[in-house]
Amino acid sequence: MSPVIFNRKRTVRTTITIVALLIIAFIVLLLSMNTGFTKMSPTEVLRTLFGGGTPRDNLILFEFRLPRIVIALLVGTGLAIAGAILQGVSRNALADPGILGINSGAGLAVVLFVVTNPMRESASPMFMPLLALVGGFAAAAIIYLMAYKKDKGISSSRLVLSGIALAAGINALMIVLTLQMDPNEFNFIATWQAGSIWGSSWKFVIALLPWIIVLLPAALWKARQLNVFSLGDDTATGLGSYLNKQRLLLLIIAVALSASCVAVSGGIGFIGLLGPHIARRLVGPRYEHVIPVSALIGAVLLLIADMVGRTLMENAEIPAGVMVAIIGGPYFLYLLARSRA
Amino acid sequence: MTRSTFVKGRQTSPKEEIWSRPYAALLIIIGGLVLLLAGLAFSVAKGSRQIPLDVVWQAIVAFNPANQDHQVIWELRLPRAIAGALVGAAFAVAGALMQGMTRNPLADPGLLGVNAGAGFMLALCFAFFPGMSFNQLIMFSFIGAAVSVVIVYGIGSIAKGGLTPVRLALAGSAVAAMLVALSEGIALYFRISQDLAFWYAGGVAGVTWSQVDILWPWIAGALIGALLLSRSITILSLGDDVASGLGQRTGLVRLGAVLVVMVLAGASVSTVGAIGFIGLMIPHAARALVGVDYKWVIPTSAILGALLLVFADTFGRLLNPPTEQPVSALIALIGVPYFFYVIRKKVGDNF
Repeated sequence: MSPVIFNRKRTVRTTITIVALLIIAFIVLLLSMNTGFTKMSPTEVLRTLFGGGTPRDNLILFEFRLPRIVIALLVGTGLAIAGAILQGVSRNALADPGILGINSGAGLAVVLFVVTNPMRESASPMFMPLLALVGGFAAAAIIYLMAYKKDKGISSSRLVLSGIALAAGINALMIVLTLQMDPNEFNFIATWQAGSIWGSSWKFVIALLPWIIVLLPAALWKARQLNVFSLGDDTATGLGSYLNKQRLLLLIIAVALSASCVAVSGGIGFIGLLGPHIARRLVGPRYEHVIPVSALIGAVLLLIADMVGRTLMENAEIPAGVMVAIIGGPYFLYLLARSRA
Repeated sequence: MTRSTFVKGRQTSPKEEIWSRPYAALLIIIGGLVLLLAGLAFSVAKGSRQIPLDVVWQAIVAFNPANQDHQVIWELRLPRAIAGALVGAAFAVAGALMQGMTRNPLADPGLLGVNAGAGFMLALCFAFFPGMSFNQLIMFSFIGAAVSVVIVYGIGSIAKGGLTPVRLALAGSAVAAMLVALSEGIALYFRISQDLAFWYAGGVAGVTWSQVDILWPWIAGALIGALLLSRSITILSLGDDVASGLGQRTGLVRLGAVLVVMVLAGASVSTVGAIGFIGLMIPHAARALVGVDYKWVIPTSAILGALLLVFADTFGRLLNPPTEQPVSALIALIGVPYFFYVIRKKVGDNF
């Protein structure tokens, strides 16, 4: 089979997968709009969507449910792409912004802000992604420096282990910080940390959207570069400093994506792991296929997790992050048991 | 990644590989005990209320319930100091055992999710059986610790290539992330977040005599168990092949070591919450000082771990009185850089 035909086959397959995923996403979207504390029938939802709803229906759908759904979609997309990039760059199939400590760094910045600024209502939600970005980049820089040796470059094992160490340290610090809060602040942070999509208002959608709009095309555009990393060390050395620059750029995209998502959604782990892995199963290892597909899978997964978490129990919500961890944790361990790393 | 990247490929006989410095070890153990006594005295005397050392001495030899200083010493500071020493020793020895039996320089009860397992059980107990006695809590904490040890080691040993440091750390952090998320979910649902967090990060503050009374037999027993296992752990640390070649029943030794770790970590977490990094740092320091014979590594680790926790706790109280800095954060501040150092030194360069 010539490479060209092979590529065309792949492309066809990817297109079919993307269409199928879009249909699934649409169905989940409708389901998600129907379910919640107050039930709405599909016809009611449709009528409300097209402007014919009662004021009550309008309020529920447009002010409570839709922003939350949009955030779940955006965050799922962002985290899954970040995970795919990190896996490509680190050449470790188990890398994930949560495991690598980038989410913890972003989270620490947000918690520090809440602790030092009691007037957080005055802080615009636009500000949160910026803060998280600073934290995320600080964490990434520390991990990168720790994994880097002058004559030998970056090692994947060192990268992963430094990330784990940093995450453990930040979590210890975070527990201490949260203890000094008053119960109100504490509940806010605890809910946020567990990864509930708490920013269920359009303000947060607007805060997150620009980041995704800029970073998503950047990631798609750079996706091909990731294939080079999987070729191995010799090729990487051959390409030299060019590759180092690409690696840095990709890392920046990944960190910015995960940090801006964490600012809105809190600690949602494992999406960055699940998305790319399922995508690889579906469309093979090439990143120009993996990235768009994993973005869709991440969005659908988080939407389902949020929907289930919000309807499973009558009088309480299970944060989406907890739902994702319940599914993602065992899957991660399964992958780990099969991996050769 | 192959194991050879982590183990220096030196070809020596088992006898030569087990180098140790018994005199240095004895010196450290005896000197450490003396220093620990001084540290305990210092810890009892210092705090938001300064008490002269001679009053501390009087409070211990001739307790006078009418004296307020004596009350502070007996009811608040002494149980706290003793629990600190016990728990520090327990975490350090748990780390030493885990590092020895896995030949993995990064094994630590905190990083491998053992503490998270115990913490998860505690969240369950707080949610479903509020008002459970400390005695029962400890038991459940053991179960939680054991479950996560079994998962983490199980995953590590199923995988091809065995327990590499990266795989073990990944399994540990995934199990920890999962259990922490579950604990958070439970805590939010039952509205016990802050209670749980206080208890989980509370450190040694607020430890009572009744807790110490329950704690010390477990830890003392487990430490004796660790000492009894030390010879076998030394042999196991040379590798499975060597160990079975020398006629050791490696499975039995591992089981014993896991049971000891379970008691040490479970009892400690149920008393002071999750304090990470002691089990990582102290065994490294101990091996550097006294060699790789676990007969000496284990008692040295116990002494050094107790010293670290007692001094860190005292330091946390003196830093900015009358507020206290939690000991887990202080130890993490030393622990993270130390971890980075170990990673840079011990983890190979190949991708």
